Amino acid sequence: MSEFTMPSLGADMDEGTLLEWLVRPGDLVHKGDPVAVVETAKSTIEVECFETGTMRKLLIEPGATVPVGTPLALIGPAEERRPARHAPKKGKPAEPAEPAEIPKPPERPSPQPQPVAVPVSAPSAARLPDHMEAGPLVRHLAEQSGVDLETLHGTGPGGRVTRTDVEHAAAARATTEPPRLRATPLARRLAAELGVDLATVKGTGSRSAIRASDVRRAAPGPSALTPPAAAAPVRPSPAGAPATHPSEGRAAAMRQAIAGLMSRANRDIPHYYLCTTVDMAAATDWLHEHNRRSPVGERLLPAALLLKAAALAARKVPELNGFWTDDHFTQGEGVHLGMAVSLRGGGLVAPALHDADTLALPQLMAALKDLVTRARTGRLRGSEVSDATITVTNLGDQGVETVFGVIHPPQVALVGFGRVVDRPCAVDGLLGVRPVVTATLSADHRATNGAVGARYLTEVARLLQNPEQL
Amino acid sequence: MGVGGTHEAKTTYREAMREALRQALRSDDRVFLMGEDVGRYGGCFGVSLGLLEEFGPERVRDTPLSESAFVGAGIGAALSGMRPIVEIMTVNFSLLALDQILNNAATLLHMSGGQLPVPLVIRMTTGAGRQLAAQHSHSLEGWYAHIPGIRVLAPATLEDARHMLAPALADPDPVLIFEHGSLYNVSGELLPSTAPVDLDHAAIRRPGTDISLITYGGSLPKALAAADELAAEGISAEVIDLRTLRPLDDAAITVSVARTHRAVVVDEAWRTGSLAAEVSARIAEESFYDLDAPVERVCSAEVPMPYARRLEEAALPQVADIVAAAHRAVD
Repeated sequence: MSEFTMPSLGADMDEGTLLEWLVRPGDLVHKGDPVAVVETAKSTIEVECFETGTMRKLLIEPGATVPVGTPLALIGPAEERRPARHAPKKGKPAEPAEPAEIPKPPERPSPQPQPVAVPVSAPSAARLPDHMEAGPLVRHLAEQSGVDLETLHGTGPGGRVTRTDVEHAAAARATTEPPRLRATPLARRLAAELGVDLATVKGTGSRSAIRASDVRRAAPGPSALTPPAAAAPVRPSPAGAPATHPSEGRAAAMRQAIAGLMSRANRDIPHYYLCTTVDMAAATDWLHEHNRRSPVGERLLPAALLLKAAALAARKVPELNGFWTDDHFTQGEGVHLGMAVSLRGGGLVAPALHDADTLALPQLMAALKDLVTRARTGRLRGSEVSDATITVTNLGDQGVETVFGVIHPPQVALVGFGRVVDRPCAVDGLLGVRPVVTATLSADHRATNGAVGARYLTEVARLLQNPEQL
Repeated sequence: MGVGGTHEAKTTYREAMREALRQALRSDDRVFLMGEDVGRYGGCFGVSLGLLEEFGPERVRDTPLSESAFVGAGIGAALSGMRPIVEIMTVNFSLLALDQILNNAATLLHMSGGQLPVPLVIRMTTGAGRQLAAQHSHSLEGWYAHIPGIRVLAPATLEDARHMLAPALADPDPVLIFEHGSLYNVSGELLPSTAPVDLDHAAIRRPGTDISLITYGGSLPKALAAADELAAEGISAEVIDLRTLRPLDDAAITVSVARTHRAVVVDEAWRTGSLAAEVSARIAEESFYDLDAPVERVCSAEVPMPYARRLEEAALPQVADIVAAAHRAVD
């Protein structure tokens, strides 16, 4: 950034009066372009620029008479579209004591990018473009109170934002926005990694500060897979910010949350994997019969049978239904079936189908539809994202036959179903073509051994032979 | 102490220091010791007792009461090829020689374009706890740790007292060794070893997982005692002995805080602008996202050190203060 100074337009000139600016902040100027009109003792002269760059800031108001050498404006490099913000950089020659700001036509285009949705706890520090017509005091106040000058309607001369405007906005903001949460840096980092919304965590530290242990306690289930934005859809968006608009930042944050959780799972959980092929003839026959008799709205998908079987088996084999925390297993209260739901844009959440083992198939089907719809629109409830006890991933509709999943900590098991496919099968000593599905189990070896897992998968297979009991 | 022997010897910090001096004087005839009362009197704290008889007045030299003069002489001797060990009675008196230390010893290498290294070792006593009142009791090593161009050591254990001197003498730059006065009488077993101490790394004197107690010198025994008390309550405290105050072993601090997420810095100096302040600032710079509690500091009261025993005790960091600070961070 360099200074455009009052030139000496003759040996006898020691001051000049700035009559008019021919450029505005943000304009690209080239060497030799006239940028200002200056009146000297002798005449009125168009002053040219001595370098190419972007006009950053006009420091002197028309009508002011200043000595030769006084900085009139700041010129930055041409390619830098976003001007630097904040106070003048250290080491810069001081600006004039009271840099008068230039009122500009209010119809200027707004060059700001859309504000990116940020977690609510992050202070929305005011980002000020340099062309904002607000004095240093006003900028300082705005920064201090976290008010974005861009969002303010100026009531000063020429639409200028005044101190009163900022104070009003700050007061309004104070009543609508929650105060900054007291949380330790480690707690904030963990919350980001585990996808925990700090606003929902109760702090136990000094003066109720949220500490790492509080965050860990608050992150028991697959909520960790849910990014902050989806975890708390009820959160009011910051004033003036556009409604959550699936930005790249959010996708990246979600990817990061998934990355953190899955790395932890693979690092900390000694997985064992079991796999079995389940004959689906009875189930699909029953399903076709049921759907034939039912109105369209009540028809079932094969997934409903698989989920119900997984849930009932979890009730039967409770060693797989619960959590591994603090080096021991805690059985889940009820079977809350986590449903891995992939989101458009690459995200993944695993909300819980509460008490899935007690739901009749039509109810389960309805609950499933509802849950998937809400997961994809970011309207899950807090309990759904936090308390699944065992998760099912069903990649059948994606065409694969077998899925070996990674357990969602702190759960201890993940059930995978592939596609129902017709395969040659030996049945009662004869070869026949039967619909089959591959059911897999990824389980935590700290909590159970293969025998328990085998019992579970066998139970799933058995249940699917008796679909009418599901 | 027999080199290569396997038996442990009961010794004191004072004797370990003396043994280090004796070995230095024996093994290199460029080495000599000078300072007030180091000869006939045996050193103000008895560290050099007997060395005059063993090595003679050429190599164990009593000096006038003029810190600036004899530290300056030491610098001159170092410049001309000797390996002087200069003893200053207490850190308070060393301020009289601060001009020599800062403007000459620490600066000459730089100002001569690398031509004039100053291989000088300066030993001095620091710290309080012995009712010597304000002019003999302060902990100003943090001020010296501020100065680039010198190395600042604070041996806190018998091993460090015995084995820091040799690598300090081998350092081509000025090295300041701060001996806490309350440590001289500490006794214990010293394993025979000829291995010089690593001057670049802090030492974990006690491993732990819940909180890092970061300290050095005379505060190390207190931190260890505090760690014992905390252990009795189920809090596992890691005790880090900085050993070298300049340059600081940032990595040791960072790694420990990454493990424990909490830190208490114990420093007998005054809190304002202290070494504890520097350590805290570095934790904030490098370990911010590992912190699960604000960094706590336990320092001396910001008063001239009182003479009266109770007042002196009240002014100094005590074990209970360290335990309380650890509780604030952990609870």
